[in-house]
Amino acid sequence: MITLLIKLASLLAVVLLLTAYLVLIERKLLGRFQLRYGPNRAGFHGLLQSFADGIKLLLKEDIVPAGADRFIFIYAPAIVAIVPLLLLAVIPFGDTSILMGKEIPMVIANLNVGVLYVLALSSLGVYGVILGGWAANSKYSLLGAIRATAQMISYELALGLSLVPVVMLAHSFSMVDIVNAQARYPFILVQPVAFIIFIISAMAEAKRLPFDLPEAENELMAGFHTEYSGMRFALFFLGEYINMIALGALVAVFFLGGWRGPLLPPVIWLLLKILLVPFLLIWTRATLPRLRYDQLMHFGWKFLVPVALLNIVFSGGIILWMGS
Amino acid sequence: MNAYSAIFYLLAVIITVATALTITSRNLVYAVVYLIISFLGTALLFYLLGAPMLAALEAIIYAGAIMVLFLIIIMLMQIDKQEGVASLFNQCFFVIAVAGTAFSLVLLLLYGNSGSFFPLQAAMATPGQFGAFIFQKYWLAVEVVSFLLLVALVGALYLSRTNSEKSAYGGKR
Repeated sequence: MITLLIKLASLLAVVLLLTAYLVLIERKLLGRFQLRYGPNRAGFHGLLQSFADGIKLLLKEDIVPAGADRFIFIYAPAIVAIVPLLLLAVIPFGDTSILMGKEIPMVIANLNVGVLYVLALSSLGVYGVILGGWAANSKYSLLGAIRATAQMISYELALGLSLVPVVMLAHSFSMVDIVNAQARYPFILVQPVAFIIFIISAMAEAKRLPFDLPEAENELMAGFHTEYSGMRFALFFLGEYINMIALGALVAVFFLGGWRGPLLPPVIWLLLKILLVPFLLIWTRATLPRLRYDQLMHFGWKFLVPVALLNIVFSGGIILWMGS
Repeated sequence: MNAYSAIFYLLAVIITVATALTITSRNLVYAVVYLIISFLGTALLFYLLGAPMLAALEAIIYAGAIMVLFLIIIMLMQIDKQEGVASLFNQCFFVIAVAGTAFSLVLLLLYGNSGSFFPLQAAMATPGQFGAFIFQKYWLAVEVVSFLLLVALVGALYLSRTNSEKSAYGGKR
């Protein structure tokens, strides 16, 4: 019980600190990509910028628009921030270690349906966006919410299908077993197609730039969070950045071998692998223009989903052929 | 009463109240939100009863996918304001008749079957066992249902085609 509480507290602390600095990393990198310096006033090289932003957002007035549905408007941002945090509960961050004669599994919950838990949570994450957008009672919010929902449920399908070959290779839905199955080689080497589909779908799930139609500034102001201010607005952003970390953790576990790696301690390896995905997302944000809405839907349904299905059939055939 | 039965009764109360609010709520978006809470409660109940696979599927398919579609339809059709609908009191008789019949049947089943008085063995269905059970014992039913869904999908695709596409396929032009 105490070890569980310690694990929960340390995971929460690390993730929230990482989230705060991810915002700074993003602004710094975007600055570099655009030949600027990025924030460098608050603290040494701008290291205190995240805290300055956080304090500012906390102290801003929290406005609920007159026509809004008060109850749903107030609670919707919480869903956006909680869902990716819950997702991190099944990520293993090390091998089972023995401390004072007791075995301590380095994961908060080793569910035997871990992959399905991840998919269930990613499908529940839509509600924060759609309810928040609806409750604000504004055209832009509603349009952004509907776009976000259509996009997220379309790409969720490709996301789920790209994980099927991983489960077939590991013979298990459990995240711990999936990491253990990659003891000899990470799955990215045998499943490059699934990896690419997963990364693209993850980008769309996180609503990052080539897929950021729900909050397309020049059409919808800020999309589903147009009417939000203060800490509730910050919660939407917190959710987005925790989601980037959670997606990075999923990529690390499913395709890059989780905490496994030579020389460095497991937690460091996991952190390095997790940070690869936000870095990629920031890079694409600085590089690629936004898709058109019909292009987005065609790409998801007519390209990603069929390729993911074919990948399942081929991988299944090869696994059966190798096994016999 | 141990912890498990405490959680069970808590979940039972949440599910019943949420479902009751679903069918009495006049605001359709609220009705959907209450139904989502009810589905999530049911998923937790499945988990508590040793069926994590069913719990995950309940959360993914019912709470995650179907309710999102409900919400989109409600929002797109702007039917969140109900006016001129008969009051709950007028519909009361039929509701009580149908619900009363169903409830008495359930009571009859519960107390008629002597097996229901023995506590069940604690069981745990792993995903592997669940899959083997479905696809070995009930493979025919699974195939029939999936074929039905495929037919419905093709039908929906046909209905949603625009006129120009229809005439292009039908060769009327």
